Amino acid sequence: MTQLPQSTDRKMGLVIDLDTCVGCHACVISCKGWNTENYGAPLSDQDAYGSDPSGTFLNRVHSFEVQPTPCQSNPAPEAQLIHFPKSCLHCEDAPCVTVCPTGASYKRVEDGIVLVNESDCIGCGLCAWSCPYGARELDQAEGVMKKCTLCVDRIYNENLEEVDRVPTCVRTCPAGARHFGDLGDPNSDVSQLVAERGGMDLMPEMGTKPVNKYLPPRPKDTIEEQIDILAPLLAPIAEEPQGFLGWLDKALDKLPGGNA
Amino acid sequence: MTIQQPKIDTSPKISDEIRRTTCYMCACRCGINVHMKSGKVAYIEGNRDHPVNKGVLCAKGSAGIMQVNAPSRLRAPLKRVGPRGSGAFEEISWEEALTMATDLLEPIRKDNPEKLAFFTGRDQSQSFTSFWAQHFGTPNYAAHGGFCSVNMAAGGIYTMGGAFWEFGQPDWDHTKLFMMFGVAEDHDSNPIKMGLGKIKARGARVIGVNPIRSGYNAIADEWVGITPGTDGLFILSMIHVLLKAGKIDLDYLSRYTNAPVLVNASEGAENGLFLRDADGKPLVIDRNTGELTAFNKPGVRPDLSATHTIDGVTHRPVFHQMVERYMADEYAPEAIADRCGIPAKRIRAIAGELARVAFDEAFELDKEWTDFRGEKHTKMIGRPVAMHSMRGVSAHANGFQTCRALHVLQIILGTVEVPGGFRFKPPYPKPVEAHPKPHYGVTPGKPLDGPHLGYVTGPDDLCLKEDGSAARIDKAYTWENPMSAHGLMHMVISNAHAGDPYKIDTLFMYMANMSWNSSMNTKGVMEMLTDKDENGDYVIPNIIYSDAYSSEMVAYADLVLPDTTYLERHDCISLLDRPICEADAAADAIRWPVIEPDRDVRGFQSVLCELGARLNLPGFVNEDGSQKYADYGDYIVNHQRKPGIGPLHGFRGDGTQAGRGDVNPEQLDKYIENGGFCVTHIPDGADYYKPWNAAYQDWAVEIGLYDSPQPYLFQLYSEPMRKFQLAAEGHGDRQPPEHLRERIKETLDPLPIWYETDQEGNQGFTVNALTQRPMAMYHSWGTQNAWLRQLHGRNPLYVPTKLMRQHGLSDGDWAKVTSPHGSITVPVMEMAALNDNTVWTWNAIGKRKGAWALEEDAPEATKGFLLNHLIHELLPPKADGMRWANSDPVTGQAAWFDLKVKIEKAGAPDDLPESQPVFEPIKSPVGTGPKNLAWKVGK
Amino acid sequence: MHPAPSVIVFTTLSGLGFGLLLFLGLGMPDVTGWVAFVFFAIAYALAVGGLLASTFHLGHPERALKAFTQWRSSWLSREGWCAVIALLVMAPYGAGLVFMGESYSILGLIGALFSLLTVFTTSMIYTQLKTIPRWNMKLTPAMFLSFSLAGGALLSGQIKAAMVLLAVAAVVQVVYWKQGDQALAASGTDMGTATGLGSIGEVRAFEPPHTGTNYLLREFVHVVGRKHAAKLRIIAFTLAFVVPLLLLYLSPHHLGALIAVLSHLVGIAVSRWLFFAQAEHVVGLYYGKR
Repeated sequence: MTQLPQSTDRKMGLVIDLDTCVGCHACVISCKGWNTENYGAPLSDQDAYGSDPSGTFLNRVHSFEVQPTPCQSNPAPEAQLIHFPKSCLHCEDAPCVTVCPTGASYKRVEDGIVLVNESDCIGCGLCAWSCPYGARELDQAEGVMKKCTLCVDRIYNENLEEVDRVPTCVRTCPAGARHFGDLGDPNSDVSQLVAERGGMDLMPEMGTKPVNKYLPPRPKDTIEEQIDILAPLLAPIAEEPQGFLGWLDKALDKLPGGNA
Repeated sequence: MTIQQPKIDTSPKISDEIRRTTCYMCACRCGINVHMKSGKVAYIEGNRDHPVNKGVLCAKGSAGIMQVNAPSRLRAPLKRVGPRGSGAFEEISWEEALTMATDLLEPIRKDNPEKLAFFTGRDQSQSFTSFWAQHFGTPNYAAHGGFCSVNMAAGGIYTMGGAFWEFGQPDWDHTKLFMMFGVAEDHDSNPIKMGLGKIKARGARVIGVNPIRSGYNAIADEWVGITPGTDGLFILSMIHVLLKAGKIDLDYLSRYTNAPVLVNASEGAENGLFLRDADGKPLVIDRNTGELTAFNKPGVRPDLSATHTIDGVTHRPVFHQMVERYMADEYAPEAIADRCGIPAKRIRAIAGELARVAFDEAFELDKEWTDFRGEKHTKMIGRPVAMHSMRGVSAHANGFQTCRALHVLQIILGTVEVPGGFRFKPPYPKPVEAHPKPHYGVTPGKPLDGPHLGYVTGPDDLCLKEDGSAARIDKAYTWENPMSAHGLMHMVISNAHAGDPYKIDTLFMYMANMSWNSSMNTKGVMEMLTDKDENGDYVIPNIIYSDAYSSEMVAYADLVLPDTTYLERHDCISLLDRPICEADAAADAIRWPVIEPDRDVRGFQSVLCELGARLNLPGFVNEDGSQKYADYGDYIVNHQRKPGIGPLHGFRGDGTQAGRGDVNPEQLDKYIENGGFCVTHIPDGADYYKPWNAAYQDWAVEIGLYDSPQPYLFQLYSEPMRKFQLAAEGHGDRQPPEHLRERIKETLDPLPIWYETDQEGNQGFTVNALTQRPMAMYHSWGTQNAWLRQLHGRNPLYVPTKLMRQHGLSDGDWAKVTSPHGSITVPVMEMAALNDNTVWTWNAIGKRKGAWALEEDAPEATKGFLLNHLIHELLPPKADGMRWANSDPVTGQAAWFDLKVKIEKAGAPDDLPESQPVFEPIKSPVGTGPKNLAWKVGK
Repeated sequence: MHPAPSVIVFTTLSGLGFGLLLFLGLGMPDVTGWVAFVFFAIAYALAVGGLLASTFHLGHPERALKAFTQWRSSWLSREGWCAVIALLVMAPYGAGLVFMGESYSILGLIGALFSLLTVFTTSMIYTQLKTIPRWNMKLTPAMFLSFSLAGGALLSGQIKAAMVLLAVAAVVQVVYWKQGDQALAASGTDMGTATGLGSIGEVRAFEPPHTGTNYLLREFVHVVGRKHAAKLRIIAFTLAFVVPLLLLYLSPHHLGALIAVLSHLVGIAVSRWLFFAQAEHVVGLYYGKR
């Protein structure tokens, strides 16, 4: 099953809004909790209370600083900080699937979710080597490859209310920076969001065709460019308190119920 | 080809049962669904129905399972067997522990209750613990507000009868411009994240004022990387710009604020006081009639402009003074730009944007309402500018005035309690007058004469003994910090050690890591706690401490009362305390034991119920002397503060009454059935303009928030402050000590001012040093959590690019950081999105070796560090040798963020394996945790 | 990449072993009986030993047989097939030479072909990875094959062939290093494309997602000091190629050959260590590591 399906019925995935993510790690730990208790082996932790704690996580939040390129309107732009959640992007051309020697890694035909069948996994690590995004981690206790399942055991789960049939990271995200849906359907909410906000691929040059998209941060620190619009608003009505009180009397008369 | 996929179960059973309770991984108090499998906690998620978090949950909340199972949990009561601070304990029975405590406390109560200092830290049961302390009779009680953000609470309540914290919220549904000052992930964290997400989704603009561009500020559309401690100046400059442009809401100012109230302009003892009528109501001129009249008379249109002269004394409206002060050139953007580190053009642009959105994007809601003067309004005018602020502004010695300035800015734009603006959550709005005053009347063997904490309105309310000395061990409500509404927990240990104002016998603390991250001058505090007198006795004779975990403070107690974790206990998040209300609803919540403790531990509040009974405290015993409340759950249901009013407002009486009603024995069951909380909505039309909205006031009386309607005016001008100034000018019976006169005159200005905090002794220390709390950690708790400590297991000092270059530093190098008080040597990391002259680090990641059940070589203990070592609770000595508190002179708020340092490159990383200073390991009373974890409850 | 000893041992030994098998399969040297036995024993020991070593890094070696299922898409699976076929085919061929003095040369040819294919498939496991630009080059299979051939020739005592092949391998090695050093930059992948933030300006990693380590950092991020690497390259080059060539040229007898083989083996192992240790996986970009 290491071959990729020709096409999938749907392209379920995430849209992550880099303009909204505050970097709180809620998605990271919610994912850890759900996937420790559910699909496959628990996500283990080594040296949990010691000098070098390290565990399996399927979703991690990086942060980057960007020094914007100076331009005419902003010759000395301030550096920006962007929080950057990253998990499996459920690529259409997922190299992690084709490199797998045992068929443990596969991409589902019905929704495009990339999964690992843990009972077939020999833990060779090659799929992790082939993934440019660092989406796969070999669990040190279990010796099998772990990765985001897009909460395949939630999104169709009839034991959950309809509203909860979303990945746990999406359900828990306090800022609403994570969106889940069918990116293969141009009319879906997520596809529309991607279209509106210029959603982008990570490392498009890798040719992996990620399903998950990232919404770029909106332009920042532009308020001084609007000073031409704002300055007239601030035209002084008086320079001195005395003049101000003169203005005040007239202004008060103009209020509803005033004399003017 | 046909592809054969494995068949997987996409509908596995989630859990056996969901138990819904309240999170306690931080102060946010979200609703959680605790999924149980075979009687064990399997998974925790947010409760969708809950008013606070509506289903979402932060990293801490989801990691609760690791907290409940943390190896650092204390297991049984502990009696100290080694020297204090060593960590050598023996486990004892509860009977022995309670007998020890009773034997210590009984004589204190009989002879002199003030010898007990009872202070609680991150306590969420303050209305209960204060009730206990009050019945014990000691004046020495407070929680941790004084070293947290009392400036913000007091500044808000004195100015507008409500504050930021979690006591109010932006109108997230309508606001179009959200401006935050000094907000990291502090209180109300999930609601703020949710709100930011909501307004971002609408494309509304966010302005972040913060020296550090992380977290919320990272997603701000505009970042103002202000110089720490200058926010007040920046705000007053925007007020200057807005006044000059006439971009202020005159209608709002005249109706709802004391801008039109007349102030005595004569020299002498009345100067600066309000002109009042016989009933004590402040007077205004009615613009309709030109007559002097009480502000609240039906039909009055208060005049912002007219003055009034009686008996040759001119009375001028507050607004005149504001105009005179803030139109002065000293507040012009050009005059303050350098000091604040913000270009003048940027200040003007932001002020312009505030004005544009407040006035040009104003909107109306079709809601009828009637104001307290009886005037009917057919619409509500929305001014979609909302603001929020927290510790970054609060934790400076000029923080109180800065908070006031910020509220004045909100108010002149007409954006408080209007659609699109900032809204209060019940029990706020609540004017100063509706709060209690502080009480300190001690009678041996009897309760205190009233609640400890409250709001003073002048020198008469200070907690001073006959001889003028402080009545409270923390010197709250004295001339040093007259308006210290939350007490000064950070001064308790040093005052008790110094015997100033008096010696105490027993220090009793709860959930406060005072020997580590919750104290300034950490090393000094450790020494004070272990210091002995000439007889070889400890200077602080007895220390009782309650905590659920093996924190650094445990080692310094003589008797440790082990608390439960948050899933093993009852709690109430009460309207009498700090509830979980929303702007359009009153709400409270409970915790209940969703699991039973597997150790010999008890909820601290239940222990106080029993201890109270053993001490025979009124309120904790029945008439026959038997124990009144079996445990905290029993108290929550059966206690009544006033007839019909108890800790929980919901399901009272027959189970249908909200607010007022008889005790309902089924109340806790009803809460559990309802998801652990109860919400009572504010009627439509009563949900804005609350301080002046008759419908809201009536509703508040109905559910028991007040006993009568309490409409009031926003206090742009604070008369209580003026009264302290008058005393400092020599008027009145109660007089401040000479050395404080000038400072009181200067800093207790009734109109907001900005002043540079005390820099004496800071020569040569020019770099600002700050801390903030990471979103995934809360105080020191996160460290014992196997999942969270992987996110933040050590903390570098973040240094701006300019200083990195200046000192030849690269990531991973070590730097020596020195303040007038001490020095630390720590690893550094470059940050570009940071104020050029500010360094910072994450708070409370650094740990003492041996604490929290971590191994001694844990990165928290080797690389992690505290800035606390650089901060002293006292400022450097003055010329006369006197050392003043490192606190706000108004409220006593600990001025954590006034810290100034210098940095220099330290030795090569190879020579410095550990952050300095290093302390002796403490012996862990619980050992260390297991090596590896593979947590799965349902196998 | 983390230079895992098991993988270095595997690729080094099995490269050499299959190289030797290739020559044996081609009837070079043309030996039978005990001499043949010794040659085949060495070849099998190296090839099988290498293959066994490769299982040490598996999380579940007991499931290794499942790796034969995906030959249609997976180079690792193909490698398994080629190795097994080569070893199975060479067994009767070797038995013929050792026990019967017969050369079933058709089997030898097939075995030689699959030995070569084994080395090629091994190299393709690395070459196919776009995530590691230093490996994702045509020179990678060239390097594996030339090393294997040179080693095989050396071990099988084909002095002249060995001298030519060692020289070729040395050239491939130098060109590989030169091109490899440019590979990441030439790949077009950087922090800008990794984060999609490059259009705003210069991207720099700030706080990592975790303060400790994790599988990704342990497996993919290994930083070798530039000076250290240069030194190791000289050592690898000298031992793998210069010393064997000199020895073959100066003293082409048994002891010289033995030293040449050992020197070559150590040199190739060092080169292989560098092959892994210097390979930059693009996931390191998310951590601000090259």
